[in-house]
Amino acid sequence: MPVLLDPTSERVPATRTLNPRPASLDGLTVGLLDISKARGDVLLDRLETRLVADGVTVRRYTKPTFAKPAPVDLRHEIAVQCEVVIEALAD
Amino acid sequence: MLPDGWVVVLKRDCPTCTLVEPVLHQLAAAGELTVYSQDDPGFPAGLPVVDDRELETSWRLKVDTVPTLLRVEDGTEVARTVGWLRSSWEELTGVTGLGPDLPDHRPGCGSRSVEWGVEQELDRRYGERVLTSRTVELADLEDEHEAAYARGWTDGLPVVPPTEARVLAMLTGTSRAPDEVVAVVPPDLVPCTVEKIAVNAVLAGCLPEHLPVVLAAVEAACTDAFNVHGVLATTMPATPVVVVNGPIAKAVGMNSGMNALGQGNRANATIGRALQLVVRNVGGGRPGEVDRGTQGQPGKYTACFAEDEDGSPFDPLSVSRGVEGSALTLFAGCGWWPVVDQLSRTPESLARSLATGLRGVGHPKLAIVFDALLVLSPEHGRVFREAGWDRARLLAELDGLLTVPGAELSRGVDGIAEGMPPGFEAVPLPKFRPGGLLIAHAGGAAGLFSTIVPGWVSGAGGSEPTTVPIGA
Repeated sequence: MPVLLDPTSERVPATRTLNPRPASLDGLTVGLLDISKARGDVLLDRLETRLVADGVTVRRYTKPTFAKPAPVDLRHEIAVQCEVVIEALAD
Repeated sequence: MLPDGWVVVLKRDCPTCTLVEPVLHQLAAAGELTVYSQDDPGFPAGLPVVDDRELETSWRLKVDTVPTLLRVEDGTEVARTVGWLRSSWEELTGVTGLGPDLPDHRPGCGSRSVEWGVEQELDRRYGERVLTSRTVELADLEDEHEAAYARGWTDGLPVVPPTEARVLAMLTGTSRAPDEVVAVVPPDLVPCTVEKIAVNAVLAGCLPEHLPVVLAAVEAACTDAFNVHGVLATTMPATPVVVVNGPIAKAVGMNSGMNALGQGNRANATIGRALQLVVRNVGGGRPGEVDRGTQGQPGKYTACFAEDEDGSPFDPLSVSRGVEGSALTLFAGCGWWPVVDQLSRTPESLARSLATGLRGVGHPKLAIVFDALLVLSPEHGRVFREAGWDRARLLAELDGLLTVPGAELSRGVDGIAEGMPPGFEAVPLPKFRPGGLLIAHAGGAAGLFSTIVPGWVSGAGGSEPTTVPIGA
């Protein structure tokens, strides 16, 4: 996994800012991220049913554990495959 | 913890290591012997060999040559010899008659742990972390070049990804400590360490030996006198032009000859670029933000060359400015234009030609406002050398040619609104303030052209040309 050193003054966060919230989901791909907490899948299953019924493309993702940040590879995968992500945060 | 007895570090790839194989069997029979192999734990056959292909033990023992023979007591090294020298091995082990069929002496080979790039990786892996820059972890499928673009680290061209190993290698180019603050970089006024400059030198494509020049350039740029904040922020196309003098220019492979002001030489290109990237990334000076250039110029990617001192008719530019040895001069330059004169064979005629070009710096009707850097080509320089003119003689000639009655430069004269404001009509006006015309010498052997680099606003209200020594 490549690790680079930040060449900047480090006065701004290394992570990038959130995209603006879209006005509509038409034509967008929505990622559903299960953080592996109990019953998160129940919520996301229902959301997937509703979104698919509306004609939205849905992709499912799962964090290995809710106790740690999402692996950088998973974050990158979601970032390049989806325009919107919905995360099931709590049980 | 090392095993007591004798310890040998070797690699099968080394002919001296294979030569001493019978000696190792002699030692194993005579006492406690442990062999660490850097490449093949199956060698030597029949002996206890510890696999050190990861090179951790070699690195911890600071082995630079194989074979290395140690005597270890209570876990501590008490004696060491490298290569094969029978008398040394016998003295260290106390065993006589070692390798009777071997020559008395064979030098060893380089340890794998000190190969270029490997040593820095081992430092990173096993050493204490000396770097303090924030780490940025990329995904396996994330393109590292695109990642640098996405984070705004580049000038528009690709950069070398600044891995820890590359930055550690870069830092070997200087004796200065990574945490030493070199300068406070505008416009954000950020204290900038040797390490941060090394990270940006990696981005720019520098080699470690270029780093001292980059450090000096950053130091000079961030002085109040040079005022890189103003040079960056101005709407004029100003940029720091780096002129390098002294032995370091040749030592690090800079070009002072053919196409010296152009592309194609790594040292010229990357040193100038590293300075720009420090201002961008550390100082926060980005185009469209604090950099307000109306049109800009290509020199804002990089503008750096060495002076051709050997062929110069004059003393080196840095020496003329009071700094001996390796040094660099920063000049706030606003472009590059040639003066073509293929016919002048006398210094008087050639000086007149050069003066016609110099008069146009900034605007022909503006005096004293702008400095200039004149880069004489070798064929133009020869005219002055053969006539015995030194720097002072040429400067005096140009000063005479470029001093005109103030009334000729007044606003409105010649049907041009631009010009000197009221108040100067009655006095003679020199084009340049004293010391405002710099002369350097560079270029290929053929070509009766020289180059004028027009300056930005001169003096305390703008930028002073700044000359600093280049350290280690």
